[in-house]
Amino acid sequence: MSILINKDTKVITQGITGKTGQFHTEKCQEYANGKECFVAGVNPKKAGEKILDVPIFGTVKEAAAETGATVSVIYVPPAGAAAAIWEAVEADLDLAICITEGIPVRDMLEVRNKMKKKVAAGGKETLLLGPNCPGLITPEEIKIGIMPGHIHRKGRIGVVSRSGTLTYEAVAQLTEIGLGQSSAVGIGGDPINGLKHIDVMRMFNDDPDTDAVIMIGEIGGPDEAEAAQWCKANMKKPIVGFIAGVTAPAGKRMGHAGALISGGADTADAKLAIMEECGFTVTRNPSEMAKLLKAML
Amino acid sequence: MKIHEYQGKEILRKFGVTTPRGVPCFSVDEAVKAAETLGGKVWVVKAQIHAGGRGKGGGVKVAKSLDEVRQYAGQILGMQLVTHQTGPEGQKVRRLLIEEGADIKKEYYVAALTDRATQKVAMMASSEGGMDIEEVAHSTPEKILKVFVDPATGLTDEQALYLSNGIGVPEGSTAQAVDTLKKLYTTYMETDASLAEINPLILEGNGTIKALDAKFNFDSNALYRHPEIVEFRDLDEEDADEIEASKFDLAYISLDGNIGCLVNGAGLAMATMDTIKLFGAEPANFLDVGGGATTEKVTEAFKIMLKNPKVKGILVNIFGGIMRCDTIATGVVTAAKEVHLSVPLVVRMKGTNEEIGKQILRDSGLPIIAADTMAEAAQKIVDAVK
Repeated sequence: MSILINKDTKVITQGITGKTGQFHTEKCQEYANGKECFVAGVNPKKAGEKILDVPIFGTVKEAAAETGATVSVIYVPPAGAAAAIWEAVEADLDLAICITEGIPVRDMLEVRNKMKKKVAAGGKETLLLGPNCPGLITPEEIKIGIMPGHIHRKGRIGVVSRSGTLTYEAVAQLTEIGLGQSSAVGIGGDPINGLKHIDVMRMFNDDPDTDAVIMIGEIGGPDEAEAAQWCKANMKKPIVGFIAGVTAPAGKRMGHAGALISGGADTADAKLAIMEECGFTVTRNPSEMAKLLKAML
Repeated sequence: MKIHEYQGKEILRKFGVTTPRGVPCFSVDEAVKAAETLGGKVWVVKAQIHAGGRGKGGGVKVAKSLDEVRQYAGQILGMQLVTHQTGPEGQKVRRLLIEEGADIKKEYYVAALTDRATQKVAMMASSEGGMDIEEVAHSTPEKILKVFVDPATGLTDEQALYLSNGIGVPEGSTAQAVDTLKKLYTTYMETDASLAEINPLILEGNGTIKALDAKFNFDSNALYRHPEIVEFRDLDEEDADEIEASKFDLAYISLDGNIGCLVNGAGLAMATMDTIKLFGAEPANFLDVGGGATTEKVTEAFKIMLKNPKVKGILVNIFGGIMRCDTIATGVVTAAKEVHLSVPLVVRMKGTNEEIGKQILRDSGLPIIAADTMAEAAQKIVDAVK
């Protein structure tokens, strides 16, 4: 078991004909069961053609109907990425994973509100992971996104983070000391996104094959605090927490669009304090995340 | 991206919000001429810098004669204006706004910004205009009213009326206040702003509602569809090194410490800075080279870091994923040679082709210190600069 995806998941790539989409789809096909998982691409201008041995369809809806795929991964450039997310939602997929970085916030606001309205009106809910994220992986089964597959090992630790390279850092530490991962999830660095820490923590809590979790956050926004409060009341598994940006100055965007301190609760210190209060084992030394977790098992 | 007050008011006027009449000026003579053209008996001489808190720092003066306009313009233009947002070194004033005086009866605060928790646009209003809003939020949070707007519906009449009544706009001016709030919301959405703030929004003796200030921040991801806003960019207000870095697609922010860091990924870059602090030193910068850490990018990154005379050592921390460690090692060696690196360099590389990368560093003949973990790297660079 794992969360969200496994070896039987069927995936559509939106933006498969672009340079990034093609490169990473190929890497994903090479990983574990990838050849069986990546079953379709979408590009209205190239419908009927094939790329990387995968048929291209004109729309997500057609691709899903023809292949039975329930998940899409989006590499569409920023200007069209929100529309691509909405296309996946209109096709009633289970999950859309948006890798694209640099989508205008207004576009994300509009699509997120449309998504919520669809669900409120009784429509099927499509979960969104990202945007501006590395994707997610269930080691030795399936990888959807841009993370380096070879650092992962199958196991029982969950990892969730807003940052790509910090996720890899945590995963590599875990693998190095002999702890595999159930799933590793990058929720992305944008201010308006889909799945948040709290949603992923819920899934790890419910997953019988996850024993413990590393939760990594960063400055800006209320998400880590919200997740911590939920965990205090509900989480049955040990958690190690780290927040990046103790040294970040206020009012400056630290690379990620969402990594910005605009008030007291946004700081790394404030978030670390809440997480500690809520029972996390927090560290200010990102090199010891895995070691700390191992000590708790 | 930030803009000046006079530019913000130009945008507001375009969307139909009433502002005082005013003229941007670059010299004292221009300022006096502007006051003459505007007419009247009272003018406001306002320093135009991107930072807030200009009034308290002495950057805003009310002139009651043309002589006073000349005097104040001379004082403010060229001054190093220090506010709580500029840092102790202040910001040089290069532009002025000369504005007609206003008959202020009451000051309000209104703003639009994106609320991450609800994923809607928050429209905020307060009766405590003219003050530092963070101070109001801290001491009297009940005096800040908020409504959350779904972009599909826009700010409704009910919501605008709730804000207007809540902050005590008198009945005779309600219609204009509601109209102003709705136009502020439209401005925010249409320009892809990330903050649109009017502080103060004033009520004049005759009942007119006017925007006496305008502060905007724009979503840099959306600037591609707003060439008219990009034209407002004032490079004098931005850090020269950050501008240089952005040309090479590097995210760079200068800080106060003495250890330069070069990292791939924003989260790992922050974590590296934090680790340096944990081991007793301070980072000199944030620098994310992004996914494609090419030789050219790494070289430029070294050059930018080394421009800072405070830098006494450099820590490179790369997690090689898709980008392989050997490629990065080659880039680091080439860059270090090209810039004739003379400060200690610690390199921590992890991931794909790690061993080959380390061998390249060892064979380079350069005094590069290798490290296996972030903590070890931080410890080594902190020791090296002592």
